[in-house]
Amino acid sequence: MCLAVPGRIMAIEGDDPILRSGTVDFSGITKRVNLSYVPEAAVGDFVLVHVGFAISTVDEDEAAKVFSYLRAMGELAELGDEPS
Amino acid sequence: MKFIDEYRDRAGAQAYARALRRITTRPWTLMEVCGGQTHAIVKFGVDTLLPPEVTLVHGPGCPVCVTPLELIEKAIEIAAKPGVIFCSFGDMLRVPGRDRDLLTVKAGGGDVRIVYSPLDAVALAERNPDREVVFFAVGFETTAPANAMAVFQAARKGITNFSLLVSHVLVPPAMEAILSSPAGKVQGFLAAGHVCTVMGFTEYEPIAARYHVPIVVTGFEPIDILQGVFMCVKQLEEGRAEVENQYARAVRRLGNQPAQQLVNEVFEVVPRKWRGVGEIPRSGLGLRPAYELFDAERRFDVAGHALDEPAECISGLIMQGLKKPPDCTAFGGVCTPEHPLGATMVSSEGACAAYYRYRRIPIASMEETRHGR
Ligand code: SF4
Repeated sequence: MCLAVPGRIMAIEGDDPILRSGTVDFSGITKRVNLSYVPEAAVGDFVLVHVGFAISTVDEDEAAKVFSYLRAMGELAELGDEPS
Repeated sequence: MKFIDEYRDRAGAQAYARALRRITTRPWTLMEVCGGQTHAIVKFGVDTLLPPEVTLVHGPGCPVCVTPLELIEKAIEIAAKPGVIFCSFGDMLRVPGRDRDLLTVKAGGGDVRIVYSPLDAVALAERNPDREVVFFAVGFETTAPANAMAVFQAARKGITNFSLLVSHVLVPPAMEAILSSPAGKVQGFLAAGHVCTVMGFTEYEPIAARYHVPIVVTGFEPIDILQGVFMCVKQLEEGRAEVENQYARAVRRLGNQPAQQLVNEVFEVVPRKWRGVGEIPRSGLGLRPAYELFDAERRFDVAGHALDEPAECISGLIMQGLKKPPDCTAFGGVCTPEHPLGATMVSSEGACAAYYRYRRIPIASMEETRHGR
């Protein structure tokens, strides 16, 4: 129900902030998406889309941290668990 | 798909599983709030990767499952009226009412349609000015901005044949209800990532402090969930009870403010009845008086008889984390996704449906399926 899927904005149309919409690409499938709630989003950005609305932009730096977290916590290195 | 596949990486998941085993010294019971997380946990077998001390119980986080029976009955009554186009997300169509569901209404000639977005329903209303278009607005905070926008656009365009049957519920009051229940055993929460995408997580800070319970805002992929569990267990082991954000790629502390503004414009906080749980004060959204023209319950005079759950259904206990689906005597026997007794067997995010789909085969073959992905 609260499913939201990440996709990349290909085009943005509409000057009216309420009707601001765009084309979002989900790995080859494109959909029209309402972009009113992500006024900061630009073409090329990834957004999370829920029932036809972008509800946030995806922060690429934060996205990568999930993979360096254990190392940053010292949980991998100190126990020789580093994947080779 | 970018931002999905990498979070399903097996080696990454196992690194988290190992790290969790190292830091866990005592039994802990955590609840994942969101049905999307429940589905992912059962589908990918995330719980089978956890140390034996860590138990995940499934929360009330499926809006389809918590929509009370009398509202389902109201939906069925409205959908059966001539001249009505009744629009809904697909999950609601098979939730059983007293003697039929919305699909039965459709099969009997009712104009019931599955839409992808509430804006599709507004467009239908625009194209069919001689019909009444009703959208079944079911959801948590995640979906509220979309429904608010549908009403707001309809109001601005002067569309008068559009209305919402509102069943909007809010997550923090349900978490408080679970924490204050004497039978409760939840020691930490994985908060629902997309709810927090909209609302941020400041609302959880007083809850974490008051009940001394760690709350970790968590995403939906296996590695997200494992990291969320790790962060939560680490807090418990260290005696901390803070709100942390695992899902920072999509969640900011204050949430999505333009979305919150429109939700506030259109909706107000009201008491709501949760199926299987009962009425919780200030736990839902209803249309503000300025938008009451768009309220389907006012527009159509429908009774919505109060109904009792089938006696054997324990979905209320399951959604409070007190029981698991296999504890129900009806599970997989008289209650299946084809013939559901309770709503948690209908929605793919309901705990019963997830267990039915992924847990009737032995865990050993589950492992193979999972590793073969
Ligand atoms: S298995 Fe069916 S009857 Fe049992 S709790 Fe789940 S929905 Fe209710």
